[in-house]
Amino acid sequence: MVPTLNATLVLEDGTKFYGKSFGYPKSTSGEVVFNTAMTGYPESLTDPSNEGQILVTTYPILGNYGVPPLTEKNGISEHFESNIVHVRAVVAQDYTENFSHWQAERSLSAWLNEAQITGIYGIDTRALTKHLRDNGTMLGKIIIDGSAEPEWYNPNSENLISKVSCTQVEEYGCGDKTVVVVDCGVMHNIIRNLVACGVKVIRVPWDYDFTQLTYDGICISNGPGNPEFACATIENIKKAIQQNKPICGICLGNQLLGLAAGAKTVKLPYGHRSHNQPVRKVGTDSCYITSQNHGYVLDANTIPEDWEPLFVNMNDGTIEGIRHKSKPFMSAQFHPGASEDTSFNVLLLNDFIKML
Amino acid sequence: MNEFKKVLLLGSGALKIGEAGEFDYSGSQALKALKEEGISTVLINPNIATVQTSEGIADKIYFLPVTPFFVEKVIKKERPDGILLAFGGQTALNCGVELHRSGILEKYGVRVLGTPVQAIMDTEDRELFVKKLDEINVNTIKSEAVSSISDAIAAADKLGYPVIVRAAYALGGLGSGFCDNQEELISLVEKSLSFSPQVLIEKSLKGWKEIEFEVVRDRFDNCITVCNMENLDPLGIHTGESIVVAPVQTLTNEDTQYLRQLAIKIVRHIGIVGECNVQYAYDPESMDYRVIEINARLSRSSALASKATGYPLAFVAAKIGLGYGLFDLKNSVTKQTTAFFEPSVDYIVVKIPRWDLGKFHGVSREIGSSMKSVGEVMSIGRTFEEAIQKGLRMIGQGMHGFVGNKELKVQDIDKALREPTDKRIFVLSQALLSGYSIERIYELTKIDKWFLHKLNNIIETYKNLKNVNSLDELSVDLLKLAKEQGFTDFQIARAIDSSIAGSKAHAASLAVRQLRKSLNIVPVVKQIDTLAAEYPAQTNYLYMTYNGSSNDIQYENDNKSIVVLGSGAYRIGSSVEFDWCSVNALLTVKKQGYRSIMINYNPETVSTDYDMCDRLYFDELTFERVMDILDLEQPQGTILSVGGQIPNNLAIKLDEQGVNILGTTAKSIDNAEDRHKFSSMLDELGIDQPAWRELTSMDDINNFISEVGFPVLVRPSYVLSGAAMNVCSNPEELERFLRLAANVSKEHPVVVSQFIQNAKEIEMDAVAQNGEIKAYAISEHIEFAGVHSGDATIQFPPQKLYVETMRRLKKVAAKIAKALNISGPFNIQFLAKNNDIKVIECNLRASRSFPFVSKVLKINFIDLATRIMLGEEVEKPEKSAFDLDYVGIKASQFSFSRLQGADPVLGVDMSSTGEVGCIGDDSGEALLKSMLSVGQRVPKNSVLLSTGTPKQKAAMLDSAHLLHKNGYKIYATGGTHQFLNDNGIPAIRVYWPSQPDMQPQAIELLHNKEIDMVVNVPKNLTPTELSNGYKIRRAAIDLNVPLLTNARLAAAFIEAFTSMTLDDIEIKSWDEYK
Repeated sequence: MVPTLNATLVLEDGTKFYGKSFGYPKSTSGEVVFNTAMTGYPESLTDPSNEGQILVTTYPILGNYGVPPLTEKNGISEHFESNIVHVRAVVAQDYTENFSHWQAERSLSAWLNEAQITGIYGIDTRALTKHLRDNGTMLGKIIIDGSAEPEWYNPNSENLISKVSCTQVEEYGCGDKTVVVVDCGVMHNIIRNLVACGVKVIRVPWDYDFTQLTYDGICISNGPGNPEFACATIENIKKAIQQNKPICGICLGNQLLGLAAGAKTVKLPYGHRSHNQPVRKVGTDSCYITSQNHGYVLDANTIPEDWEPLFVNMNDGTIEGIRHKSKPFMSAQFHPGASEDTSFNVLLLNDFIKML
Repeated sequence: MNEFKKVLLLGSGALKIGEAGEFDYSGSQALKALKEEGISTVLINPNIATVQTSEGIADKIYFLPVTPFFVEKVIKKERPDGILLAFGGQTALNCGVELHRSGILEKYGVRVLGTPVQAIMDTEDRELFVKKLDEINVNTIKSEAVSSISDAIAAADKLGYPVIVRAAYALGGLGSGFCDNQEELISLVEKSLSFSPQVLIEKSLKGWKEIEFEVVRDRFDNCITVCNMENLDPLGIHTGESIVVAPVQTLTNEDTQYLRQLAIKIVRHIGIVGECNVQYAYDPESMDYRVIEINARLSRSSALASKATGYPLAFVAAKIGLGYGLFDLKNSVTKQTTAFFEPSVDYIVVKIPRWDLGKFHGVSREIGSSMKSVGEVMSIGRTFEEAIQKGLRMIGQGMHGFVGNKELKVQDIDKALREPTDKRIFVLSQALLSGYSIERIYELTKIDKWFLHKLNNIIETYKNLKNVNSLDELSVDLLKLAKEQGFTDFQIARAIDSSIAGSKAHAASLAVRQLRKSLNIVPVVKQIDTLAAEYPAQTNYLYMTYNGSSNDIQYENDNKSIVVLGSGAYRIGSSVEFDWCSVNALLTVKKQGYRSIMINYNPETVSTDYDMCDRLYFDELTFERVMDILDLEQPQGTILSVGGQIPNNLAIKLDEQGVNILGTTAKSIDNAEDRHKFSSMLDELGIDQPAWRELTSMDDINNFISEVGFPVLVRPSYVLSGAAMNVCSNPEELERFLRLAANVSKEHPVVVSQFIQNAKEIEMDAVAQNGEIKAYAISEHIEFAGVHSGDATIQFPPQKLYVETMRRLKKVAAKIAKALNISGPFNIQFLAKNNDIKVIECNLRASRSFPFVSKVLKINFIDLATRIMLGEEVEKPEKSAFDLDYVGIKASQFSFSRLQGADPVLGVDMSSTGEVGCIGDDSGEALLKSMLSVGQRVPKNSVLLSTGTPKQKAAMLDSAHLLHKNGYKIYATGGTHQFLNDNGIPAIRVYWPSQPDMQPQAIELLHNKEIDMVVNVPKNLTPTELSNGYKIRRAAIDLNVPLLTNARLAAAFIEAFTSMTLDDIEIKSWDEYK
């Protein structure tokens, strides 16, 4: 580990937190968000939905199990959500350099240094989280001693989806049925799950006109930032919902499906970013703990008439999924977790696969 | 929603190893949940010191044994329509399964709420359990159920040694253990089979990680995992003996989700409705796992998980039992979000067990697959280093943290690492300090390197501190780092100057405190909110940390707060009774219009339920931490006298800092605590006491003894090994004790007291105001003095005291109360012989028997004392013990069966782990109820008598007559046999182990189950471990045969069970005793 340098986190409203660097010693800026998941930093850091963000982990001790190697299976990474780190920085209370896990290849610090990503610790992440909760998500800068202060950067002002999407069509797995994954910043886990279901996956860029392809179903992926930037995707989905082939939206995909159907989205004050978001399937007594990572939601008052809410968040009542009243279109705001038997699969994926 | 009108809840009875205060907490929560629904509640629990058996918690309370016999009688009388089995530990669960099997529940139309009995049986019976999990392809530990020794040998041969032996239907691993070879197997299995009809032999997975998930499921099949935990000690050490952290630290998200999904799958398949835990063994080198076991009930872990996350598992489980869905319930902390959620924590919790093995003779200090610890603590921090150091102080065994302790002498560190004892964590400290590599320690212990590295961080900081020559040279960064890693001011002071000790140490610590306060290095207060700050918390469940920059609380500074210091870890000598006192003090504080503030760190308690007070600091009760909290709270006053000895010991130091101690002054407390001051005060008041002296040489000791005569009670100030106190009956014993066990010198004086034999011991619990006694309760011990008051059987009101004695006691107490100007609770212990009384000791705080006398007399002494401490003028209650038409008897619960090798004999040092208190229309009935409640049984056919000295034999003669008259077959050892014969009582002579050629052998008869009760009264007061008596006592314990070792108690018990049958026992609830 490099000798620790002092670091300062400055928020848009002037609030400052002081800590030390454990990552790449470079000042940076972005949108500061918190995530309350207690594990899963290799996944979060590589999740394209986190593009442009300074990620605050509320669990205070970071780095315990190091970082696994970038191995691939079926052409897709085994342990990450993409092949690169998407966050701009990570902020923790305490950092563990001496990791311990049989799968680990190196420490989080070593990984961040190689990826040239900033990491700081010694920050009262609870105080910071409360500040974001009470005042809303805001921009921030991390200034590392000896590295020049950066400009403010607002990831919501640009089309992040185009930054993180693939640039050409790729294929994974094999099977009788074909699913098109519209990559708005797809988590590898979605592809891993689909391949595990025995379908052929065609991954297309976010603005690709997939309607010309031959397929059995469409899966619209998760992704970063404001959904309204994905105009091209929305236009393509509008075409797709004229047909009757199954569509499944995940996370950002849920919002895009909603927008294509005519609904509107709004920004949440501080987002849902955790592994413990409770949702209820509308009209049933069935409840599920879900993994989520989003800042925007569908506005409940704007759901068109031939659509209906499928899931609601049990804490704040926001829409967590919609479906078409008669056609095989459905979506969820949550996404698959690490295991093959998560709520996501039970709730959405299995139904989707059955419809193909 | 609610179809139930009256629900019966089974408690867990006396606290014992493996089943302790956590069930008071679970039961209290469940009763609260039922009450909220307007359901009438009935509670059976003989543990009178608990909060759940207090007024207003349940509608009807029965202080009766939790056995099918008595539960059926209560059901017959009360006719409840529902029963809760999951809140009283294994005791309640086993009793419930029995009631179900025998058709009693069906007969009376009582429905089991929550998890169905079949599901319970599926988890309790290993074979059913394995089969059940096989159905869903979940791996369990390969094991074979056997019910004979030969089958056990065959099974072990097949699996290959080492194997682990587990007894079915047993809590805390009773009768379980590892066996490396056939010989060990035979001896363990024989013992296990005496507790349990079935024993499991399985392959050992030593070195795997041990991971646990707490799962909740409702009847709509909604499932959540509330908390996961990881043991620092790998598999092989019972989870009750392990240091445990929550949440898990060394697993990836993939690992965690994998085990979580499995846990949910298992719980759904088994059909739990309520709460349940799933314990895993997890391979440190792959994703291979085994399910170790499942507890289909609230458990020690669930209490810990509730405290660790703020999720009230027992409360929610009770609501689910009534038919609610998780979605119907609210998160009790945020009050706005749903109870269907999985807490996210933003801190780390460390649980550390507390052992008291030093109190026992002959017990092995090794820890392993069966539980020996008597209590536990939970510490909270935002780094592991901080949390573990806090926790090591909390266990209250004189340790200052991971470093900076009195040096532990470890002769063979390798061995001590390989074969862990109760000192394991300090051996780790020693090993790291003496240069062992992490790699090497890992090889020897299999403790995950993550933990070892973190511990090593503390060592590194310690070394850096040691390099600092004086406080002036200490850098701010190092000071800050040390505090962030949980170092106390004392640890820092001592690292810098290793010579400091005694009062100099306190001054040096204060200097560090002053320095850091001047640098603004102070801890911040953080809230436990279940959602890692995602939603605001409405409760004030708090902890202190140096890993943070701002407080979660805004203080009112309105002079309206009263701080109550709790009792810390349960240990032998201090347990649930002080929790009852603390809770009652809090309730009164609140009722009187103040803000109630609690400081305590014991996860097994009700006082650490955030619902009990306005602000709960789940934190240390050290001087330093209490001062940190008082600095923030600026309370009007602080109450030290309801939490036992821990808060009491802080009196002087807090007083010196200007803390407003409510009630009796610190100076008075010191005058009572300091032996010399107290003694001279008694002399001045003309109050008699047993002669004593503090001596520094063997010659002085001998001179003193020539004045007072043998036996004497010897209390060394420095103990090398074994118990701290001993009674010596002759010069040889004295010599041996002082030479082997203690050390006499100028630096280490020894207190020698005259030991008065055949004297009655009497307790007075009282409350005074400005030196005037307002309420009192005098109770008498059934045993003669010499049995520790915590082990003695106590009756209240006294039945065999002279009126004259009572008058004298009251006079003496009044004088003491006046002299010390007592305001608040206090307790005096007396010796009485004829009408002479002597004072043994006086504590200016609530005592162990406060809940007992308060509940029997139906005057809440703590409420009274608290009102006095808050300055209210109180009236003397009208009622006195003379008005009672019934008797209360408090009996002690021993846990010798869990303490392999310990001599189950009573002495001047306390060895019981819990107690019960039962009420009867007369002494005999009350005694019978309470003895049955602590696990004694009325013998069916035969009794073995071995009754000690001639005097003791004579004392037992009437009892022997009664046994004979009632048709019991009497077996007796040599002397006793002769004595009985001489007195015309037929008896069969049995032989001691030292007469192996003679028949019948006492131990053989025990093995063959031909003896239903053993009365073995040791001849003298010095325990000799290898004696015949020891072997018989130990055999009785190991073979689960009731044992009595005190002649007076045995006589009283025999008289009770020969004068009435079980059916004669009245089934009366507490309120029916008027």
